[in-house]
Amino acid sequence: MEETVEFAQASGLLGSVWLLVAIPLVSAAILLLLGRRADRWGHWLGVAAIGAAFVLGLTYFFQLRGLENKQVEQSLWQFITVGDLKVDFGLLFDPLAAVFVLLITGVGFLIHLYAVEYMAHDEGRRRFFGYFNLFVAAMLLLVLGNNYVMLYFGWEGVGLASYLLISFWYGRPSAATAGKKAFLMNRVGDAGLAIGIFVMFAMLGTTQYDEVFNGVGALSGTTVLVLGLLLLLGATGKSGQFPLQAWLPDAMEGPTPVSALIHAATMVTAGVYLIARSNPIFSANHTLQLVVVSVGAITLLMGCLIGAAKDDIKRVLAWSTVSQIGYMFLGVGLGGAAYALAIVHLLAHGFFKANMFLGAGSVMHGMNDQVDIRRFGNLSKYMKVTWLTFMMGWLAIVGMFPFSGFFSKEPIIVAAFEREGWTAWLFGMAALLGAGLTAFYMTRLFVLTFHGPKRWTEDIEHPHESPKLMTIPLILLAIGSVGAGFLLATSVPDWLEATAGLGGQEEGHEAVLAHWLITTLSLLVTVLGAGLAWFLFRNGTATEPQPAGVLVTAARRNLYTDAVNEAVFEKPGIFLTRALVFLDNRGVDGLVNGLAAAVGGGSGRLRRLQTGFVRSYATSILTGALLVVAAFLAVQAGWLA
Amino acid sequence: MTELKLPSIDYAALAPILIMLGAALVGVLVEAFVPRRLRNAVQLGLALLAVAAALVMVILNADDRLITAGQAIAVDGPTLFLQGAILILAAMALLLVGERTVERGGAFVAHAAVTADSADDRRQADGMGGTTEVYPLVTFAIGGMLIFVAANDLLTMFIALEVFSLPLYLLCALARRRRLLSQEAALKYFMLGAYASAFFLFGVALIYGFTSGIPGRGAGVDFATVHAAVSESSSSPVLLFAGMALLAIGLLFKAAAAPFHVWTPDVYQGAPTPVTGFMAACTKVAAFGALLRVFHVAFAGASWDFTPVLGAVAVLTMLVGAVLAVTQTDIKRLLAYSSIANAGYLLVGVLAPSKEGLSGTMFYLVAYGFSVLAAFAVVTLVRDADGEATHLSRWAGLGRRSPFFAAIFTFILLAFAGIPLTSGFTSKFAVFAPALDANQAWLVIAGVLTSMVLAFPYLRVVVMMWLSEPGDATPTVTVPGALTSAALVIGVLATLVLGVAPAPLLDLANGAAEFVR
Repeated sequence: MEETVEFAQASGLLGSVWLLVAIPLVSAAILLLLGRRADRWGHWLGVAAIGAAFVLGLTYFFQLRGLENKQVEQSLWQFITVGDLKVDFGLLFDPLAAVFVLLITGVGFLIHLYAVEYMAHDEGRRRFFGYFNLFVAAMLLLVLGNNYVMLYFGWEGVGLASYLLISFWYGRPSAATAGKKAFLMNRVGDAGLAIGIFVMFAMLGTTQYDEVFNGVGALSGTTVLVLGLLLLLGATGKSGQFPLQAWLPDAMEGPTPVSALIHAATMVTAGVYLIARSNPIFSANHTLQLVVVSVGAITLLMGCLIGAAKDDIKRVLAWSTVSQIGYMFLGVGLGGAAYALAIVHLLAHGFFKANMFLGAGSVMHGMNDQVDIRRFGNLSKYMKVTWLTFMMGWLAIVGMFPFSGFFSKEPIIVAAFEREGWTAWLFGMAALLGAGLTAFYMTRLFVLTFHGPKRWTEDIEHPHESPKLMTIPLILLAIGSVGAGFLLATSVPDWLEATAGLGGQEEGHEAVLAHWLITTLSLLVTVLGAGLAWFLFRNGTATEPQPAGVLVTAARRNLYTDAVNEAVFEKPGIFLTRALVFLDNRGVDGLVNGLAAAVGGGSGRLRRLQTGFVRSYATSILTGALLVVAAFLAVQAGWLA
Repeated sequence: MTELKLPSIDYAALAPILIMLGAALVGVLVEAFVPRRLRNAVQLGLALLAVAAALVMVILNADDRLITAGQAIAVDGPTLFLQGAILILAAMALLLVGERTVERGGAFVAHAAVTADSADDRRQADGMGGTTEVYPLVTFAIGGMLIFVAANDLLTMFIALEVFSLPLYLLCALARRRRLLSQEAALKYFMLGAYASAFFLFGVALIYGFTSGIPGRGAGVDFATVHAAVSESSSSPVLLFAGMALLAIGLLFKAAAAPFHVWTPDVYQGAPTPVTGFMAACTKVAAFGALLRVFHVAFAGASWDFTPVLGAVAVLTMLVGAVLAVTQTDIKRLLAYSSIANAGYLLVGVLAPSKEGLSGTMFYLVAYGFSVLAAFAVVTLVRDADGEATHLSRWAGLGRRSPFFAAIFTFILLAFAGIPLTSGFTSKFAVFAPALDANQAWLVIAGVLTSMVLAFPYLRVVVMMWLSEPGDATPTVTVPGALTSAALVIGVLATLVLGVAPAPLLDLANGAAEFVR
């Protein structure tokens, strides 16, 4: 724990890492500032910017591989200097940042490409690409910063882009509301992160990663706990984790490419990045780790349960995102070697979830924007490419061997069983149960959409496969869903060794169950869950809502979390607002208006003294003179006394 | 028989005064000998040249710290700073006075003697060249003001007061249009001015009596003697305090402080607008220059005694100016009340017995002078066929008609309201900060509260200009001639620069903030 973190100075080609942020940012500025003039070619500029960033990212990646010290930082300029407070505008390119850069630009590029066609008939396509590029720039800044203020800068940037894109169709009240909801709930988390950064300033006097990590050892346990909980609050807000998960499913109001890139593959994993990046802080306190693990476990089960009860294809996927990020939180909370496992799952998830979201978009594209899975069915006959690619994503997420989810999720379950004492059983069984439930609801989604009898609405006669520009990204992402898992699981943990705090940690405890047994069990529950869903839904389902038991009703209502939010925060909030408005209207305004009326009245009365007659002016001067002389003499009398 | 001893005179130190008075005399000769059609150009050129020359002499004298001409004239930091300020502001005012394109023939009547509203009057109003005697009158007034801020004894100060007041009375009567209003204003100003002068003179007499009680020293009204008398004189202090009170009244009258402000709205409204601007900027500088010198030099020893009384006057002035501004309907009267309130703020600076108080007051005078001249320059431009449209209702919707000038005027109003990034903010800060340091929080609180009240009438004009639809009665803004444009540009730029980067002028004022005694 006492080894110090040291970053090397960027040199050579790596001195231009800032281009990664600058290119999408400039492109966004061009798209948003040029206005309609850029309508014809704007989307291609947006795609090209991300493509260029991806190529650059690859170049930097290979450059970094050849280096001895794989953590290079670069201070561009002094960002803030006030008294003792100094913050650099600085970047850090290390193995962790590198894999994020590749994920963001790689998957981002494919989704941008897909969006060219998906948004082709939308008037706001240029604006969409402007926001999309802005998002990529902010996300890259988030993962490339070398201090917490940079991270916060990017953090707010992606929050803004997310808000703009969720309410992209702001004409729809539901989209505008969803954007607001996302923004407000994120503010709660962001406030936590901001206060966490303030705590760093107060306790350590710095926010540079290396200085913070080297200073954590000297802090008291309570301080570390508080700091970690604040960072965790930020992470739960951005990543849609319990208790701030409610905004993420509503965020599906945005265009589908947005759901795929921001609310599945990249932005929502920022919380995982934050915890992985801050691992020296989280590893320093066991209570803190327990909280993180609990958040992960609660969220992953919650996501599964709700996901199983939803009928909107994008919402099911959204809840599955919540649940999968729960796995990642579980991983980073377990600490030690599990940090790397969480990152592996994050990357694998980026591929297969983006794949499935884009697949869902493709289905909606062919089905007149229908999102209700009860109204799909038998689409495997009509949309072959979408069907096959979606199948890859489905097999990956349920964790079927040899698809990527198996290699990324199963190790996390094993790691959960490696905890000390009874918590190993608790979290291990939760992870295992989650795997079974995931298999169930994802299979339900898959079967209802692509198999069984068709239950389409009457206006659809012949669903069509999406054009090439949409299917090619799907195919590429499907390949990633198949193969990425094994590749990532074998290479990434070693690669991440060189990241501050992520390497050189001793192995955890022995698992309470044998490794082979856990693997067998997890495959078993997966097959069970999937088989059950297949059995139940192979013949389709009713197209109308059915009466349901307590658990299903609760799950349909998001386990009443929205109701709790409403009762605990919204109602008192509205009451407080009303009370303040009342106080403002009657109290403050009354006082102000009363004073204003008094001044006005006084003015009107005094005005009458200004008669325009010299004689009255002279009298007034004389009176004034008498008063002044009297006052002087009074003072003088006091002086004499 | 004692020998007649002539006082030594430092002509270089007196040069700015001599140049202005000389130029005024030459101006009178120009009236007599130069052909009518050339007179305007020659007079304007002469006046501006004289101002420039005097300013050069002020700059050359910048390091002078001396008393000359017996004990009559003190040339020290405040004198030079304020003389420079008067000259620069007067140059701007002269540009407005010289404007001949905004209104054909200028803002001044062609023949002051024709009966108002007669056929002759209507003929002259329709474009006959304005009288050119205004230039020597303004030049005389400037000369008087230069003496006023330099006067080192009460009698010289009185003479200077009359030298700059008399031309102003005349100038007030010379408006081309609304001549009855103009003449009435001049007469009121003259009568009340004479009345106030009498107070001043009576005060001088009492002080003279008081100084006769200094053991081993002759009586006198030079400030060194008065200063000595405050601590040493064996005469009754009633003489001192009554005299001080009467002197203060005479000066506060010129400074337009309540309750001696009553003339201000009528005179500001009736006088030709360039003259109003000249009075609002330069008279203010001169009056406060004299107040500063009298109370910081002659009566410094009694500062504990005059501060509460003058503080009360300051608060009353701020209140009257701010409260009455609320219900004004005429832009010139509104600016008059604003000028009264500003006199209150300036008094706060005068009463801060420190170097910073002195320099802050001087800074305020310059900053306010630039802004108020720019404001009156805009007023000269908003007009219809009958001359300036000064009623506020006529300004409704001006922002739609002439966004550029409405924006400029908005900026100036914001400066008056003391919004940051304008000189209004920095100058208020410059006088309030030393007052706080001197434990006069009550003055600062009154200042801030009345500033808030004052913001209302200013913003009301802004709201009217921008948020009302222009009506049929909304006049257009005349394109200003080169002279008004120059004055306007200088005023607005100074308001902005002094708001953004006040340090150079503040440093200059700080360097100058020490009286000689």
